[in-house]
Amino acid sequence: MKLSENWLREWVNPPATATELAHKLNMAGLEAEAEAMLAVLPQGIVVGKILSAIPHPQADRLRVCEVDAGTGEVLQIVCGAANARPGILVPAALPGAVLPNGTQIGKAALRGVESSGMLCSASELGLAEKSDGLLELDLSAKPGTPIEKHLGLVDNSIVLELTPNRGDCLSIAGLAREAAALYGIPVTAPRIKPAVVEPETRIGVIVDDISGCPHYVGRVVEGLNAAARTPDWMSERLRRSGIRTIHPVVDITNYVLLELGQPMHGFDAAQLKGAIRVRRAKAGEQLKLLNEQTITLDPRDLLITDDSGPLVLAGIMGGEASGCSSTTTSIFLEAACFEPVSIATSGRRHKLLSDSRYRFERGVDPALQRQALERATALVQEICGGKAGPIVEVGTAPAHVAEIALRHSQVNRLLGCEIPVVRIVPLLQSLGMTVTPSGAGSWQVKVPPHRYDLRIEADLVEEIGRLHGYDNIAPGAYAAELAPFSAKETTRQLDRVKDALIARGYQEVVTYSFVDPKIQVQLDPETPGVLLDNPIAETMAVMRTTIWSGLIPTWQYNRQRQQKRARLFEAGAVYALDGEANREQAKLAGLIAGPALPEQWGAAARPVDFFDAKADLETLFGTSLRYEAGQHPALHPGRTACLVRDGVAVGWLGALHPKLAEAFDISEALYLFELDWAAVRDIALPTPGGVSEFPSSRRDLAFVVDEAVSAQAIADVIRDTGGPLLKSVQSFDVYRGANLPEGRKSVAYGLIFQDYSRTLNVEEIDAAAQAVAAGVHARLGGSVRE
Amino acid sequence: MNAIANPNLDDLLTQAQADIAAAADPRAIEALRVDLLGKKGRVTDLLKSLGGMAHEQRKAFGEQVNKVKEQLSAQLEARARAIADAELARRLASETIDVTLPGRGEPAGALHPVSRTIRRIEQIFNAMGFESVQGPEIEDDWHNFQALNIPESHPARAMQDTFYALNGARLLRTHTSPVQVRTMLDRKPPIRIICPGRVYRVDFDRTHSPMFHQVEGLYVAENVGLADLKHDLTTFLKLFFERDVEALFRPSYFPFVEPGADVHIRWGDPEKGTRWLEVLGCGVIHPNVLAAVGIDPERYTGYAFGMGVERLTMLRYGVDDLRLFFNNDLRFLEQFK
Repeated sequence: MKLSENWLREWVNPPATATELAHKLNMAGLEAEAEAMLAVLPQGIVVGKILSAIPHPQADRLRVCEVDAGTGEVLQIVCGAANARPGILVPAALPGAVLPNGTQIGKAALRGVESSGMLCSASELGLAEKSDGLLELDLSAKPGTPIEKHLGLVDNSIVLELTPNRGDCLSIAGLAREAAALYGIPVTAPRIKPAVVEPETRIGVIVDDISGCPHYVGRVVEGLNAAARTPDWMSERLRRSGIRTIHPVVDITNYVLLELGQPMHGFDAAQLKGAIRVRRAKAGEQLKLLNEQTITLDPRDLLITDDSGPLVLAGIMGGEASGCSSTTTSIFLEAACFEPVSIATSGRRHKLLSDSRYRFERGVDPALQRQALERATALVQEICGGKAGPIVEVGTAPAHVAEIALRHSQVNRLLGCEIPVVRIVPLLQSLGMTVTPSGAGSWQVKVPPHRYDLRIEADLVEEIGRLHGYDNIAPGAYAAELAPFSAKETTRQLDRVKDALIARGYQEVVTYSFVDPKIQVQLDPETPGVLLDNPIAETMAVMRTTIWSGLIPTWQYNRQRQQKRARLFEAGAVYALDGEANREQAKLAGLIAGPALPEQWGAAARPVDFFDAKADLETLFGTSLRYEAGQHPALHPGRTACLVRDGVAVGWLGALHPKLAEAFDISEALYLFELDWAAVRDIALPTPGGVSEFPSSRRDLAFVVDEAVSAQAIADVIRDTGGPLLKSVQSFDVYRGANLPEGRKSVAYGLIFQDYSRTLNVEEIDAAAQAVAAGVHARLGGSVRE
Repeated sequence: MNAIANPNLDDLLTQAQADIAAAADPRAIEALRVDLLGKKGRVTDLLKSLGGMAHEQRKAFGEQVNKVKEQLSAQLEARARAIADAELARRLASETIDVTLPGRGEPAGALHPVSRTIRRIEQIFNAMGFESVQGPEIEDDWHNFQALNIPESHPARAMQDTFYALNGARLLRTHTSPVQVRTMLDRKPPIRIICPGRVYRVDFDRTHSPMFHQVEGLYVAENVGLADLKHDLTTFLKLFFERDVEALFRPSYFPFVEPGADVHIRWGDPEKGTRWLEVLGCGVIHPNVLAAVGIDPERYTGYAFGMGVERLTMLRYGVDDLRLFFNNDLRFLEQFK
């Protein structure tokens, strides 16, 4: 919100520049900035009165105007604006003038007609981005008056970005109260005298929902001059707050909104049928709004209605039918207080933004309505004339909104420093509170209605803290009692795993948790995902059930940018639908693609393969994982391992399925892994045994087995049948081809035998090797290859 | 008696020395050694011939032959060493590699900058006695809003700001604060934790990402106040930016704290002009929040703070476009090695 500094200074005049005032407000918790109203003031532009305007002899759209610019002579100025007509007063740039955009104005001939200057629009003065025609000024403006003086352009804007609890400062009056408290100076508000009630014309008001509308006042003003025009001083102030001039009654209600913070509404009384009724909507009711949008109402929406139906979506936006127009001569002015939650939810439901909603959903002073109504009445009578009817009132204005017990000890405790009593009481009083002692070091504090945000003791402590100044609270010492903690050694640390992957050439990525459902359904068709109700884009509509949904697009993105290879990993959550609820799991996932190594002189180029990725996982997880041939919809059926720990599947490793590679337009080798972090976190403490002083002996055995027999299965049998002397088993060769039957392969193992107390003899080793050979033969149908 | 010059011995010595100098390899040296000093070598033969000589002659001639023997032996050895040295030098020269060629294999990758910042934040707070805890990202209204004293009318609860799922039954947490709620429900004071993690808001432009990261901090004990918060956060900021950064606490509003503040730091080159930049929000925990999780607000007080990880990362490393963090362009990420 923007407010004019000059306007504020009519209410409160602190001994500070606009910038200093803004800083002070900031330090008190009101985010404010001062900026010059106009970066460059116009020069040489004065009020001019158009005396005559005749068509240009050579150009249809131009007019030749005679202008009194207070210079003592009549100036001839050629003008292209449609609204140029005799009798109006407009800004006239005289020869020698400089417009804010730097344009120099001189004498010129336009299509053969001499022009001594230029008549200006609001945008030419730098007052608006766009404008239509000449800026028409008050008919009472004096020709020759410099325009910056007439419009009061030497001004600053106070730009406020207020937190939602400080709705009370969204007005000149509210900001003035705050500034007065900060500087310890008085507020001089304009005196608002109750209007003299002349006619007894009244429109009845019935409030059905008093909790939704605790206070409502209204009155008729009749006999208005329909041709009245909003004066320049008012339209200027509105414009400085970003509000356009529309109609005198609308402008006045907007003015009161800015001045006092009370949203108001002016109905054309001629359009009203019967009494005003404040009620909730009936299902299916419709309302055509001022913005020409027709909405279907919800039974929770609060409405202002009459006998004909809905008139206004209460506190948010007026209806088109009952608004003021150029023929309005009698109005009904409304000032009400609405309950914030109802306004916020209605506004949200219908996606309607307005200055009124902005204030009501933050709260409006519940005692302000009568004052605002009198203020608006006075302005209507000043600008449009008319006679005021009696005020019709439903509900009451509270004298205070809360009574809070405050303890000095709690002030010191929450702020962490000693604030003297002599300081506390005046600070609270400066905010309009009534402070009564209620015992040693405690008070009863009555909160004025405009500070409806203050409810509890802590709220008062904050008020004291911010007026005392957070800067004046010295940082405490580090007094916390330390409760030392350390990560468990038997819990694998994610950071260490990340570092190990990085050392092996992996780059960590962070991809969005919401992914493209079209991609995910191909990678993980069986897990139902959590769909967002309101995704930001179709490609970010479902929560990932696998991190691959982010890694594959990340690879695509990078290969489109000339990356030839990648090693990527990501650690994070995946989210699945679990019946009615959702389930979240931490995962660690990786992708390798392209050549196994960066292009280099020292190693032959080859694409990545399964065992590159497997080596990485073995480095991280050692022998705690088993790799069993498995099937995953996203992976190559012959190149997929299910990762198994203690008999439980904890993850997958494999080549991207060729069908998906084609669908994703990926031509290079690509391997993926993903595992359940919780399932691999627990690790055992090392339990080292002794080291034998006696030499070990090795036997190499090659087994010819069916292709279907896995190396893991052979190794398992070897370990199982090798006896107590077998210390380790290492596969060192896999052979297929000549000398072997079709469908058979040879896998060679080195077996290391050792004892702790003696050197083994050949006979025992031979016996053990024979037992192994017999075991492999019996269980796997393998024969020893001679 | 003068030694009798033996022309044969002189000739032998001269000839042998020339042969040794001409020997080109260890084999030639060995052959000369055998020919001269071996069991049947010429010098050995001369020594053997001493037996037949008269005592006086034997002594003089013996001395001469032994001298020649020693001389030749030393020269053979020297020549052998020279040949070996030359051979080694030749071999070493032939084995020279270009040490400027790059090493074989794979260069290291890097942590994502967001992780890097989270890790630094965690290290600092861990050292200050804060434990890192985690919580779910798909939350319910109670943990994300209600328990944090965020009223139903609060603008943050609008669909324009919060991602909802399961027909509104769930939402993506809009801050890491629900983790403080869960932790306070689980533990008894004193509690000192930080919660790093992903958070979500409906916003997408140069300065807003629909997903970003926060680190929430919480300290609940008896008598924790704003002064403690000021101390701990100022300490953090100094350690994080590794300089005596000037911090300003301004009153602000978050429904779950009262009094509340946001923290600004002075940023920019002092020569060219500085400005205040907001880096985090904080405050003394609202009594309604403590009450909601069953902690007696009369006995305990506490503070909470929340900081945006991307913002701190951008400031720390001079990144000016938030979107760079989630494009995951390797050319960007690799710069954080």
